Amino acid sequence: MFDHTASLPPLPGVGYKPQHYAEILQDPGPVGWLEVHAENYMGDGGRPLAQLRALSERFPISVHGVGLSIGGEGRLDRDHLARLKHLVGWLDPASFSEHLAWSTHDTHFFNDLLPLPYTEATLARVCDHIDEVQETLGRRMLLENPSSYLAFAESTLTETEFLRAVVARTGCGLLLDVNNVFVSATNLGYRPQDYIEDFPLEAVGEIHLGGHDEDEDDHGAPLLIDSHGREVADPVWALLDLTLARTGPRPLLVEWDTDVPDWPVLRDEAARAEKALSHVPA
Amino acid sequence: MTAVSQSAFRAALLDASRDVPDGLRDGQGQPAGRRYAVYRNNVAVSLREALETGFPAVAKLLGAENFAHLAGAYLRADPPGSPVMMHYGAGFPAFLAAQEALGKLGYLADVARLELAMRRAYHAGDAPRLDPARLQGLDEAVLLAARLTLAPHVVLLRSPWPVLSVWRYTTLADQPKPQARAEDVMIVRPEYDPEPHLLPPGAFAFLSALQADESFGDALEAAGDGFDLPALLGLLLQTGALCDIDLGDAEPAPHSPEDRP
Repeated sequence: MFDHTASLPPLPGVGYKPQHYAEILQDPGPVGWLEVHAENYMGDGGRPLAQLRALSERFPISVHGVGLSIGGEGRLDRDHLARLKHLVGWLDPASFSEHLAWSTHDTHFFNDLLPLPYTEATLARVCDHIDEVQETLGRRMLLENPSSYLAFAESTLTETEFLRAVVARTGCGLLLDVNNVFVSATNLGYRPQDYIEDFPLEAVGEIHLGGHDEDEDDHGAPLLIDSHGREVADPVWALLDLTLARTGPRPLLVEWDTDVPDWPVLRDEAARAEKALSHVPA
Repeated sequence: MTAVSQSAFRAALLDASRDVPDGLRDGQGQPAGRRYAVYRNNVAVSLREALETGFPAVAKLLGAENFAHLAGAYLRADPPGSPVMMHYGAGFPAFLAAQEALGKLGYLADVARLELAMRRAYHAGDAPRLDPARLQGLDEAVLLAARLTLAPHVVLLRSPWPVLSVWRYTTLADQPKPQARAEDVMIVRPEYDPEPHLLPPGAFAFLSALQADESFGDALEAAGDGFDLPALLGLLLQTGALCDIDLGDAEPAPHSPEDRP
């Protein structure tokens, strides 16, 4: 459907943090690619763009949007789409991904990934928006499954049914965040393994891993928070193994966005991801 | 089945006194309750942290508790209008200036303007540095009619308060206590890190005139008597604040005298 055929290598990657710049170049360890948040590179110049340009000469780059509000009830923000097109145009990244979520309403941006009811109406809207993104950028995008803290009484589809339908209608790929699967499954009381079973794994172009925090709800039930502020939890690594056994090797990203550690700690997480990949028959 | 519109979801997001929207559930069909608060908290904390990252001196001057309170009030009064968070807080200086409770901290809004200007300079477009040789040996009439272009990262700030002294005293070690005075500031970005410089008398008027695309001669006139042009030009050239000179009809100018045939 789209001419652009670049893709990420089936290797460990990390979410890029500027404080790691020099060390990533000197001592990348097993890191084979980097992911950046699109919105941090929408200035006119200076250090952020200079660093990204230099990194892109050494590593494949994944551009991960966090602000497009693909699930928003209103039309997509054309100015923001134009900024994305500009960034993707000059960088020519190996991948572009966004979230199944909304974050903007009436021009107000809430800086969080807000949840969607899984209905036919939401499906039609999300597919229209993905069509528009893919047409504007001239490339296939990946859509990431959310971490959920609650559900909508009005939902008529499961999340995996919803994502399968999005893939079928738009031709987009999926970014499977296994930490989000674990967080949502725990929070909403289903088995994460069942979710993976039901997931359209053939569409997965990238896998995310990240750390979560533990809290509880009004009834003392566990409530996991997708904080990206610590090591990936052991049951999430186990869920990854189960997933990779079905998908085969995939680009595997470790995200660490709050309380960002020193480079060796993140590099060690990437090494653990490399180990998980090494067990998978190609 | 109760449908939850994004407008209903949003309204309770910013206002903790509102009920959690009906139609949100936990995994067992019970009302979502404090699960909804995760989103409230994510929005409030992430935007407060973004503001704190953008205004570290203001945050330090106010203290954590006051800053958190004001960041929450600001979020409700003026939510971000764009997903590009590097621009978040453009209205924060004006918001601070309008807070009557901060009357005793009159300089606070100007410190916020200074921090905003530093951030703007950080993300401003790249520009080539003007080769000083292009200013040498110019005929006086040509120079007076010429137009100097300031780099996109040059930001000027005029304050009735000792805004730069307060900022330095708050953010750097071993700085002298600020003395009551007005201060003019120029922010420049020699490479990637913005630097604020205190401007001597006349310099703000001179640089404002250049930014308004007035001629070198008109800018000099705006600067008035006692303006130390060589010192300021030295600073501008040394910090990459000048990126071009337009000699008008006297063009084409060679890049340096040695290039002449």
